[in-house]
Amino acid sequence: MSPSANASLSSRSLLDKIQSWVRHHRQIAWNSLSQLLDTWVTSLMTWLVIGIAIALPTILYLLLGNLTELGGDWDGQPRISVYLKEEVSVSAGKAFAVSLSEEREVLTTNYISSEQALTEFQAQSGLANVIASIGENPLPAVIELTPAIEQAAGLKLLVAQLAADHRIETVDLDLEWIERLLALVAFGERFVIALSVFLGLGVLLSIGNTIRLAIENRRAEIEVVKLVGGTDSFVRRPFLYLGFWYGAGGAVMAWLLVESSFLFLAGPIERLMTSYSNTFGLTGLGIGDTFTLLLCGGLLGVVGAGLAVSKHLHAIKPS
Amino acid sequence: MIRFDQVSKRYEGGKEALSRVSFEMPAGEMAFLTGHSGAGKSTLMKLIIVMERASQGQVIVNGTNLNRISAKQVPYIRRNVGVVFQNHQLLFDRTVYDNVALPLTIAGYQPREVGRRVRAALGKLGLSKKEKQYPVALSGGEQQRVGIARAVVNRPTILLADEPTGNLDPTLSREIMDLFDQFNQVGVTILIATHDLDLVARMGKRELILKQGRLLEGKS
Repeated sequence: MSPSANASLSSRSLLDKIQSWVRHHRQIAWNSLSQLLDTWVTSLMTWLVIGIAIALPTILYLLLGNLTELGGDWDGQPRISVYLKEEVSVSAGKAFAVSLSEEREVLTTNYISSEQALTEFQAQSGLANVIASIGENPLPAVIELTPAIEQAAGLKLLVAQLAADHRIETVDLDLEWIERLLALVAFGERFVIALSVFLGLGVLLSIGNTIRLAIENRRAEIEVVKLVGGTDSFVRRPFLYLGFWYGAGGAVMAWLLVESSFLFLAGPIERLMTSYSNTFGLTGLGIGDTFTLLLCGGLLGVVGAGLAVSKHLHAIKPS
Repeated sequence: MIRFDQVSKRYEGGKEALSRVSFEMPAGEMAFLTGHSGAGKSTLMKLIIVMERASQGQVIVNGTNLNRISAKQVPYIRRNVGVVFQNHQLLFDRTVYDNVALPLTIAGYQPREVGRRVRAALGKLGLSKKEKQYPVALSGGEQQRVGIARAVVNRPTILLADEPTGNLDPTLSREIMDLFDQFNQVGVTILIATHDLDLVARMGKRELILKQGRLLEGKS
């Protein structure tokens, strides 16, 4: 009997097999990419569709991150602003502040007279002209109070007690807007997760469908490869790489979309923030985020292709 | 090398394509498989490369019982059996060279080894000058020879051919048969399905005749 191919195969060293495996992967990876680049108009369309689907939740996620950062300046310590009635004199106000600071629920107090408040406001807001045109000081004196308690229920009770005092006009608990912001952010996070899941599914399906068409187009090739002894993983491999390139290319598109829309938004946001004398600026995708984005894109591509391949490849049998 | 033992094949829908077929081909034999279309020739060949599985009986190829192998092992069985088709089954978007290299690439040979073997096979089949061409530029006889080159490039121990001369004129058919004869002389076991009875008579080899799924052993 002539020497069989099997005998010569099994005598090959492990190193040889690994080398041939690596070579094959490199070749398939390159072939599938150049295949996409050959038909770059069609590929670009697919990449854009995937890119938009990935960019939308990414932009929302980044905006949320920026919003959290905006609220993050707050040190977590609630503050209560106690606005005094107009008839309370400066000395009476100061004495009141001192007496309040001796309460068990209160950590510190700081009395700010209406004149002090006016000076600060003029300096910070840039609305000096407006204030001057009013003619008289519209700002009340205020005691800034740092409570010794943190639980919302205790704080609310303290606020109620303070509000009952006849010297006090109104009481503002600074906690509320922060709570609202955090609740809004938590809602936003859920929303982004739900949106990501839906759009991720969309990406999976669109890649799956693209791969299904690729499989259909290469039906003859798959049949022949199976006939001459190609394993299932050999047949599967080019399609998985194709899916990877679709996903990774889509992620690159998403990155471009995100960065360009942030550039587009940066100017107006900066102007808005300067008008509030805030130094806040939009933060875009960092290196870590970019890496995660590309990884997610590639992974979605491989999974989408894997689903299509496992569904359609078995249906193709040599006949 | 190839042994069928009481093999029956019934397709879904009840049609029995083969019934209780038994025969044995020792290593290095060359034989013809004849019969009308629908007699079961293709089914018999499909059983040898596990494109179909026997409903009953044993198919033993190269010492392996094909009833007992898993789907994962099928590709490795096929690598040891070269197949030539009537419609060539060539890939039209690849050059002659790439078509012939396919089985070697699949088996993971080094590029240098692939080149050596492909050129040897193309040389043997008189296609050395065609390696950069695409199949569509070749004549029917040349396409068939590319198909044969692909079937033998991996040096299989068994070669199956399903109507390899179906579309060729008598001169070309004769040439193709001579090629098979040459491969047989270096020890390859060859089974050729055909209904060209003149050709079978000329070659003077054993003939397996199928009639409605039953085997009538012909002259040896």
